[in-house]
Amino acid sequence: MSTRYLLRGVSPLGGAVTDVLLADGVVAQVGDLEAAAADEGTVVVDGTGTDGVPMVLLPGLVDLHTHLREPGREDTETVASGTRAAALGGFTAVHAMANTTPVQDTAGVVEQVWRLGRDARWCDVHPVGAVTVGLAGERLAELGAMADSAARVRVFSDDGRCVDDPVVMRRALEYVKAFDGVVAQHAQEPRLTEGAQMHEGVVSAELGLTGWPAVAEEAVVARDVLLAEHVGSRLHVCHLSTAGSVEIVRWAKSRGIDVTAEVTPHHLLLTDENARGYDPVFKVNPPLRTQADVDAVRAGLADGTIDVVATDHAPHAREDKDCEWAAALPGMTGLETVLSVVQETMVDTGRLTWADVARVLSEAPARIGRVPDQGRPVAVGEPANLVLVDPAARRVVVAAEQVTASANTPLAGRTLPGRVVATFLRGQPTVLDGAPVAATADGHRA
Amino acid sequence: MRHLLSAADLTRDEAVRVLDTAAQMAATQAREIKKLPTLRGRTVVNLFFEDSTRTRLSFETAAKRLSADVITFSAKGSSVSKGESLKDTALTLQAMGADAVVIRHAASGAPHTLASAGWTSGAVVNAGDGMHQHPTQALLDAYTLRRHLVGDGGRADATGRDLAGCRVVLVGDVLHSRVARSNVQLLHTLGAEVTLVAPPTLVPVGVGAWPARVGYHLDEVLADVQPDAVMMLRVQRERMSSAGGGFFPSPLEYSRRYGLDARRLAALPDHAVVLHPGPMNRGLEITADAADSPRAVIVEQVANGVAVRMAVLYLLLAGTTTGTTTGTTTGTTTGTTTGTTTATGTGGAAAGAPAGVSVAGERVDA
Repeated sequence: MSTRYLLRGVSPLGGAVTDVLLADGVVAQVGDLEAAAADEGTVVVDGTGTDGVPMVLLPGLVDLHTHLREPGREDTETVASGTRAAALGGFTAVHAMANTTPVQDTAGVVEQVWRLGRDARWCDVHPVGAVTVGLAGERLAELGAMADSAARVRVFSDDGRCVDDPVVMRRALEYVKAFDGVVAQHAQEPRLTEGAQMHEGVVSAELGLTGWPAVAEEAVVARDVLLAEHVGSRLHVCHLSTAGSVEIVRWAKSRGIDVTAEVTPHHLLLTDENARGYDPVFKVNPPLRTQADVDAVRAGLADGTIDVVATDHAPHAREDKDCEWAAALPGMTGLETVLSVVQETMVDTGRLTWADVARVLSEAPARIGRVPDQGRPVAVGEPANLVLVDPAARRVVVAAEQVTASANTPLAGRTLPGRVVATFLRGQPTVLDGAPVAATADGHRA
Repeated sequence: MRHLLSAADLTRDEAVRVLDTAAQMAATQAREIKKLPTLRGRTVVNLFFEDSTRTRLSFETAAKRLSADVITFSAKGSSVSKGESLKDTALTLQAMGADAVVIRHAASGAPHTLASAGWTSGAVVNAGDGMHQHPTQALLDAYTLRRHLVGDGGRADATGRDLAGCRVVLVGDVLHSRVARSNVQLLHTLGAEVTLVAPPTLVPVGVGAWPARVGYHLDEVLADVQPDAVMMLRVQRERMSSAGGGFFPSPLEYSRRYGLDARRLAALPDHAVVLHPGPMNRGLEITADAADSPRAVIVEQVANGVAVRMAVLYLLLAGTTTGTTTGTTTGTTTGTTTGTTTATGTGGAAAGAPAGVSVAGERVDA
């Protein structure tokens, strides 16, 4: 029998304080379980947080948008290092984006990534399949083979590139219906963004950096929701970043179009003003937008127009950020800070409850990705994929102390609220006392 | 002033101080022996990642006239073509002991990165970065404008004065122009009124935040504004092609709508001057009639560029104490600061050289 964990005095989804017993991979009991504390083989986790504030128990987080970089760029991240960072961030499942080298556009590559995740044992890894061969946007990859593989791919994306050809996009939307898949679009009109370096507006005009206009995202989002309506398919919009995109998705949902959308933590927090120092750590695609856009995506997340928060965790080598802005690669890390950013921007400001956080960071992404055993309620009999958060704690982000193999966090030096104390994957801790817990050879964790 | 990265970094008083110092430098350049010992023993590195013969020669000349050791690093045939990063190039030059780095780079912000990333301890002078800034160009333009428009059209001393009330029209490719960005900021700082004229395709989104008016019709703007100066911006012919962005239909249409020709020149007020940062596209943004007219001060801009860059290098380097000629530089610094304000009324900027600079120059003469 594996170790049982008794979480004493925790607040499931921010609700009434109670005890939760995890045994045999599931939530075994909920209620006043003081008597169970003395049982042999039971580890007690005290849920009293900073300043006596009870810790919040959430379903394990599910990321719809993670770049794990393996195979190909193991110098910046591996499946093992990335999923370990994910566990520390409170995740029990991540979707690994397809832009690896080689690209995840065949059953063989997605199964490789899936196996690496299974062997690393930090969290479940669900590979995303490329929509088109080599992300080239020209012809469909073997989506059915990836769906039927051991990796059971349900999310398909050319992320990093836009499926800009309307016919290819239409075919992809139609084709994935056969296995209940979804196309996750990186909405970026390529001609409108040639050489683009940052959001096009007042700041780009002053800095002399080529602009990435909001309309280049909105035009594709508008086209895609209409295509999804026309063919009756599911569409997911990746890293929605502009006020106009929020309006379009809101309109599409009001028409009953089957569209979901995600926002990244950095688009909830940062603006194009951060580019003023030309520090490439703030270079990201889509770019940081204006305060009005930040306000709009926060409002969209609060009212349900935006379904999920996804990290777009994008580790990069130091040499690709330690250079002039135009030469730098776009992207920033986020797995280890996303929960804190959501708490700061949405919970502490009263826009979301902890139950809403469970929805946008776990339940909705699990549903969109068709991951049945994640994003479940904290209830007896449910899989014990859980994260315990100390919401009253505060911490300073130090890039070098992060577990991700790359240092390109845009939040270095910031003080953020909330700290992940423990993460449980099927009843076993991947994180305990805020530190990673490695699995033994037989899959158990001490 | 630790670095000169952007015209926006300069306050009104700092900018006027550069112009006043440039006037003193220009005065020394009228002498038979032009070299001053001010920066003897100091090393100025010209780091040119982008072709620019004019700006490079101007900075080289300025540094040499101040007796600095000059190392010029051009991207062509250098390690950059082998893929060396800006960081490694900067570290290499730092190891060689650069007191100042003059950098020209195709990437906007590269000088800012160089100054803030800790790769070099020297002063960084932006000699043009991408579409961002070219502050010494703006300073030499302001200096040229002041010489012609302030102090009774150059007959009286303009020391200490700014460009308050001067009306300047900038015409051309504002979108891609670092010269335009620098000039809008500096001219505004100095009190001038700026109007930008360009086809709407060549005006950046976000221009509304700039301290300038924007017009799309050159003839109307010239008639309305009655400018004291017209500054023509270089327009690259390839901008009209589809591959170049398709910003305007044809060179002919551009010339008709935005080019400065004899007819438009005649429509300007009598005292107005014509500037161009060079190199000119004769027949595109400016005709030979306009470029070679007595109203054009384009060649003078080049000469003023040396004086302004001498002033910038002097102000950045001569006040610091790391140099080997400590006694001279200290003396020069104080001399200039006080001399600037006192050496007025002696027959204009040309004759009003400060005690510090003159003394230094005479020491060489002796």
